[in-house]
Amino acid sequence: MTDATAEGGAGHGGAGQGSLLARDTRTARRNAAESRFKLYGLIAVCIGIAMLVLLLTSILMNGLSSFQQTRLQIMVELPEDKLDKSGVRDPEVMSKVTTFGYAPLLRDGLEATIAEAGIETDLSAKDAADLISDESVAQLRNMVLANPDLVGQTIPVEVLASGRIDGYYKGRVTMASAELDSNISPEQLVLADQLKAAGKLSTSFNWSFFTAPDASDTRPEAAGLGVAILGSLYMMLIVLCLALPIGVAASIYLEEFAPQNRWTDLIEVNISNLAAVPSIVFGILGLAIFINFAGLPQSAPIVGGLVLTLMTLPTIIIATRAALKAVPPSIRDAALGLGASKMQSVFHHVLPLAMPGILTGTIIGLAQALGETAPLLLIGMVAFVREYPESPLDGGLFDPATALPVQVYNWTQRSDPAFVERASGAIITLLLFLLVMNLTAIFLRRKFERRW
Amino acid sequence: MQNDTAKITARGVQVYYGDTHAIKDVDVDIAANTVTAFIGPSGCGKSTFLRCINRMNDTIPVARVEGDIRIDGEDIYDKRVDPVQLRAKVGMVFQKPNPFPKSIYDNVAYGPRIHGLSKDKADLDGIVENALRRAALWDEAKDRLDAPGTGLSGGQQQRLCIARAVATSPEVLLMDEPCSALDPIATAQIEELIDELKQNYSVVIVTHSMQQAARVSQKTAFFHLGNLVEYGETSRIFTSPEDTRTESYISGRIG
Repeated sequence: MTDATAEGGAGHGGAGQGSLLARDTRTARRNAAESRFKLYGLIAVCIGIAMLVLLLTSILMNGLSSFQQTRLQIMVELPEDKLDKSGVRDPEVMSKVTTFGYAPLLRDGLEATIAEAGIETDLSAKDAADLISDESVAQLRNMVLANPDLVGQTIPVEVLASGRIDGYYKGRVTMASAELDSNISPEQLVLADQLKAAGKLSTSFNWSFFTAPDASDTRPEAAGLGVAILGSLYMMLIVLCLALPIGVAASIYLEEFAPQNRWTDLIEVNISNLAAVPSIVFGILGLAIFINFAGLPQSAPIVGGLVLTLMTLPTIIIATRAALKAVPPSIRDAALGLGASKMQSVFHHVLPLAMPGILTGTIIGLAQALGETAPLLLIGMVAFVREYPESPLDGGLFDPATALPVQVYNWTQRSDPAFVERASGAIITLLLFLLVMNLTAIFLRRKFERRW
Repeated sequence: MQNDTAKITARGVQVYYGDTHAIKDVDVDIAANTVTAFIGPSGCGKSTFLRCINRMNDTIPVARVEGDIRIDGEDIYDKRVDPVQLRAKVGMVFQKPNPFPKSIYDNVAYGPRIHGLSKDKADLDGIVENALRRAALWDEAKDRLDAPGTGLSGGQQQRLCIARAVATSPEVLLMDEPCSALDPIATAQIEELIDELKQNYSVVIVTHSMQQAARVSQKTAFFHLGNLVEYGETSRIFTSPEDTRTESYISGRIG
C-alpha cells in the first residue's frame, strides 16, 4: 500500500543511486510504516492484556475471600434426656429428634461460651444465636447421629458463623450497613468482635467450599462446590471416554481410508458446520433425544456428558485431522514401501506422530466442555442438588448432579450478596481447572513431540 | 540366474492420473542382477513407471494403471495379488531420506517385524546387522543403534533407508532419485553401494543425473513425455543413441 503510493513521488534515490549512508525518502517512509504497524500491534496486545488483568482482578477481588471462612468454637452439651430418651444409642431411634431439638443446644452452648469468655452483652440468647449459621444445627445433628456415643458429653464444636458475620470479617458488612440490615445488628457485630478477641471466633481456610454441597438462599456460608465438582468430573469422564475414541476413529477413517468423493466432502463440511452450532442447540437435542426419547433421567451427568460429547466431537475431529494431515506423507510412503498394510502404517507411524496434536485438541475440547453452561441448563442440571452422586461404578452417572459453570450461574441468581463472593470463588476454581488442563496439554505436547 | 534373464517384464503399460495420460504404452524387460537406470526430463513419467512396479500408484486415488507387468512371470496386477505382499518383495528407496522417527535399530527391524521374518531377538539382531552391513552403514551405526535414525546425516539416512529396504530381503530394489538430496561425497558412497547391491538384487534407479546413470547402470531407459523412447545397454545409449530425442537429451538440448 505504502510502496505503491510512494512509487510516483520518489523518482530520485532509486537502486544504485546516491550514498548508502544517507537514507532515501522511500526507505524512510517504508521504515516509518513498519514502526507504525509495530505500534498498532503493541497497542492491540496491551489492550488485550489490560482486559485480561481487569477481568482477573475483578474476579479475584470478589472471589478470593470465598476461600476463607469464619467459624465459631463453642462447647456444646449433649444431654441424653433430649437426644436419646431410650438410652440405647440407636441412630435409627435418635433420628426422630429433628434439628429443632438441636437448635437450643447450640444456643445454650454459645451462651455458655460467651459467659465463659467473660463477655457482657445485652443481646438475648436468641439474638446472639444469630451469629451461628442455620446450617450448624444440621451439622451438629449429623455429627451426633454418626457417633451416638457423644450423647451425654460436652464436646467442643466448630460451627460456621452466619453469612453476615462472615461478611463482616471480609469487609462486605460494616457497622453502617448493619444499621440498615434486618438480618444483623451492630450489637451482634460487637459481640462477634468480642468473641474474636476471646479466641472463640476465627477465620481459616475454607476446605468445605470444595467439598460441601450447595446450600439454600439463606445460608450462603454453607454453600460449597462439592456436588458441582463431582458432576463436572463425571461429565468430563464421559466426554473423554466417548469423544476421544469416536473422534479419533472418525478422523483416521476420513483422513486415511475414506475415498475422496462427494459424500466425504459433504461429511467434512458438516463436521465443520457442527463445530459452529450454538451450544444451546445441543442442549435442546439432548433434551429431546436423551431425556424425552431415550428416557434418561434429568439433571444426570450421563445426559450432560452425552450432550457435551456431541459438542466436543467436531473439535476433536478437526484437531485430529489437522494433526494427521501434518504428518509428512514420506512417512506413509516409507511404511507402505516396506510392505506395511495401510492400517499398520497408520497405527505404527502416523498416529504416534500425530499424538501431540490429538491430545492437545482433545484437552482443548474437554476444557471447552468443562466451561459449557447453556446446554446443561436445558437438561436440568441447574437444579438444586444437595446429595452427592454415587461413585460411577454404582450408577452415580445417573444420579442428579450439577456442574461448575452451572453452579456459577445458579449462585449469581441469588439475592444474598454473599453469593456473589461464592460465585466468583467458583469461577476461580473453574479457571484453575482449565489452567491445569491447558498446562497438561502443553506438557503432553512437549513430551510426545518428535522431530522428523 | 543369468544376467540376461528378464526379472520384470512390462507390456503395454498405460498410466492415467485422472484425465492425464502419464505413461503411454511402455514395454520394457528388466534383467535380474543388473542396475537399470530410468532417465529423462522432469515430468516424463519415469518415477510414475517406477511406482507401478511395486504398485505404490495404488495409494494415489486418481491413478489408474493398465497393461501387464510381470515379476518372475507373475502378473502383479492380478486380482489375487496383495500389494502389501508385493512390496515386501519389491523394496523401495525414496528421493528424500525418510527414516522413521525411531531408533536406527527399529528402523531396520520394522520390515522384518511386520513380515515375521525373525524367529527371535538374536535372529532379528542378525538381520539388522546384515542389512546395515549391506548398506555400508554398520561401522558407523553399530555403536549407536539406539540413537534416533533422524539424527544421522543425509547420506547416512539414505543408507539407513536402503538398509531398511534390504532387511525385508526383497528381490527387486526400486530407487527414486536416491541421491538428489545428497552431497557429492554421500552420492559417491550410495553409488558404490548400488554397484554392490546388484549382486543380490535387481536394481531399478530413477535419476536426473546422466553421469550417475552412466556410472552405475548396465541398462538405461530414456523416457520422454510418457513414452519409453529408447532402451538398451547403457554404454550404447550414451555413445550412439538411435533416437534423435535421446541424443538431444544426452547432449543437453532438451530437458
